[in-house]
Amino acid sequence: MVLIKFMVKFLKKYSNYILYTFLFAIFIFLLVNGYQNSRYKPDSLMSVLGSTDWLLNWPKWLDVRLMHWTNDGFGSFIKAYGKYFDVVNDFLLGLIYGLKGILVLAPWPMVIGIVIAITFFASGRSLYTTTFVGIATFFIGFLNPVFWDKALETTSILFIGIFLCMSAGIPGGIAMARNKRVRNFFLPVLDLAQTIPAFCYLIPGIMLFGLGAVPAIIAIFIYAVPPLMRLTDLGIRLVDEEVIEAADSFGASSSQKLFGIQLPLALPNIMQGINQCTMMALSMVVIASMIGTRGLGDEVLLGLQQLNIGRALEAGISIVLLAIVFDRITQAYGATLQSRRGDREINKK
Amino acid sequence: MSKIIANNIYKIFGPDPLSVMHLLQQGIGKDEVLETTGHTVGLDNVSISIEEGEIFVVMGLSGSGKSTLIRHVNRLIDPTAGEIIVDSQNIIDLDKKDLINFRRDKMSMVFQKFGLLPHKNIIDNVAYGLEIQKKPKQERHSAAMRQIESVGLNGFEYMYPNQLSGGMQQRVGLARALTTNPDILLMDEAFSALDPLIRSDMQKQLLELQVKLKKTIMFITHDLDEALKLGDKIAILNGGRLVQVGKPEDIILNPADQYVSNFVQDVNRAKVLKVKSIMIDSIQGSEGPKVNMNDSIESCLPIILETRSKLNVVNDNDDIVGSISDKEVANILRKN
Repeated sequence: MVLIKFMVKFLKKYSNYILYTFLFAIFIFLLVNGYQNSRYKPDSLMSVLGSTDWLLNWPKWLDVRLMHWTNDGFGSFIKAYGKYFDVVNDFLLGLIYGLKGILVLAPWPMVIGIVIAITFFASGRSLYTTTFVGIATFFIGFLNPVFWDKALETTSILFIGIFLCMSAGIPGGIAMARNKRVRNFFLPVLDLAQTIPAFCYLIPGIMLFGLGAVPAIIAIFIYAVPPLMRLTDLGIRLVDEEVIEAADSFGASSSQKLFGIQLPLALPNIMQGINQCTMMALSMVVIASMIGTRGLGDEVLLGLQQLNIGRALEAGISIVLLAIVFDRITQAYGATLQSRRGDREINKK
Repeated sequence: MSKIIANNIYKIFGPDPLSVMHLLQQGIGKDEVLETTGHTVGLDNVSISIEEGEIFVVMGLSGSGKSTLIRHVNRLIDPTAGEIIVDSQNIIDLDKKDLINFRRDKMSMVFQKFGLLPHKNIIDNVAYGLEIQKKPKQERHSAAMRQIESVGLNGFEYMYPNQLSGGMQQRVGLARALTTNPDILLMDEAFSALDPLIRSDMQKQLLELQVKLKKTIMFITHDLDEALKLGDKIAILNGGRLVQVGKPEDIILNPADQYVSNFVQDVNRAKVLKVKSIMIDSIQGSEGPKVNMNDSIESCLPIILETRSKLNVVNDNDDIVGSISDKEVANILRKN
């Protein structure tokens, strides 16, 4: 017992040094491993130290083997678990094409009518927003009749992507707000997801799911979920401390606090997160056209390949219009929610 | 048995609170502890006891630990050491579930910045405590309606908190605290955010309600006048330490140290002191004007100046219980 206590005390006191030593050991291992396995490994260490050439240009043997490990690991990962990804792939594809099938089958005036109806109620019966969104929707098809079905395909991919983002991002954001450790873990992961160039995760997406809509959904998820998680987390943490104390003082359980107070009060921020998520998802759908995702994005790509400026412009505008429709609906819904809670002053600003 | 007892409460904020306990027990002060260890002392060996049905005011300047102390009573803050006994039960031992039930049944709290729920209307705010207890809507709303009436907010029940003025919002806070019908009310600077006229209105309203309800109230304030007006007993905190506990007139007439006497020197004694605190036992015949023992000295000054002699003091049943003279009154007031 005494020994264990002593050990714990020792570990606590020197935990920083232990961590640094450990990191240093990893670094040494990477150096040695890279050197040992390099194709350009010199005949002997002495020949390296004998000359100064390697100091002038970065030597080819000084190379960490991340690429090698990743490719090996990913290869065996696909061999072992590829069949499960097929299931996911079929499921997501089914969802996308099911949704697209319904949207395409419906007569286009009806789709515009539905969009207008949704906007009307989401914006709290604002005529201005409704008219604006209605005209924007009409112009997507009006720009080029081919665009209408493609816009619907893009929309179905977006819907599935955003649905995935919401079902993971909102609970994730809640977990971040409630637990400091979870937050400290997720923050760098989210930074990474937002800064790694999109093409880097399009590649594993293709390898796992093949070309088409599903890797686009995966890319959308990775790219668009961070703002939603961050804003959910922020919204919950911004809830007035005294309101939380008041709930505590009446004996609210933590689920009563979460669903009765924190989530409703964080809702404007969460809606903002969904809005941001939607915008980023839309931009990713365009990039994803390069891996064979169909929709409005591939019209831009076609215009680019054929040097057809007019076509690229039309496609570009139609994407902007689609973005406006999504943006107006989600923003208007957020504002309506706020005014319903009685935050009229916020709304006025 | 007192309703609420706090025994030797210590609260230290910082990474390793227990490690600085021994410094406090040696009598080392708050500033020195902060300088040498980086720990902030919230409360330093505070013991109080609150009787059933009294208004117990805790007074101190900001940073004196008064808000920390009141949060110990419903364990919004856990002490570093010490025990809190409410109705003969040490609430520090309660586990999470018992603590939630304890908070639901025993007490409710009123906050300085009201702590109302901005997304609920007034009636749902007032009924919040019952909603937490999962009472049916009918019952919650009728109970809430009664309290809304008792604080005079009829007609506002379907408005939202930000549509009301500060004074009205705090009445909602008070009504919300009363709706669960707890024995104990914790009021954390409840009236400090209100402007002076509304504040004195609210003080009056609280005293009127208290005559009917007879709750045990712990009231935090930084305002001595408010403390003297409301308190049956007053505790004064300075730098996390308890400096003095006593009745209002004890605090004014016998301040425990320089800190308290600095505090009370500007108080209008004639207004705060009651006739009973300076009366003597000898009775002066049965003739002449009489004054009530519970009146302030200020309110009998005109009679005293007029008669320039001894006056009989009577209790609420009009029995003569003692007398005061102009000389005693002059003596008390001169100590200013």
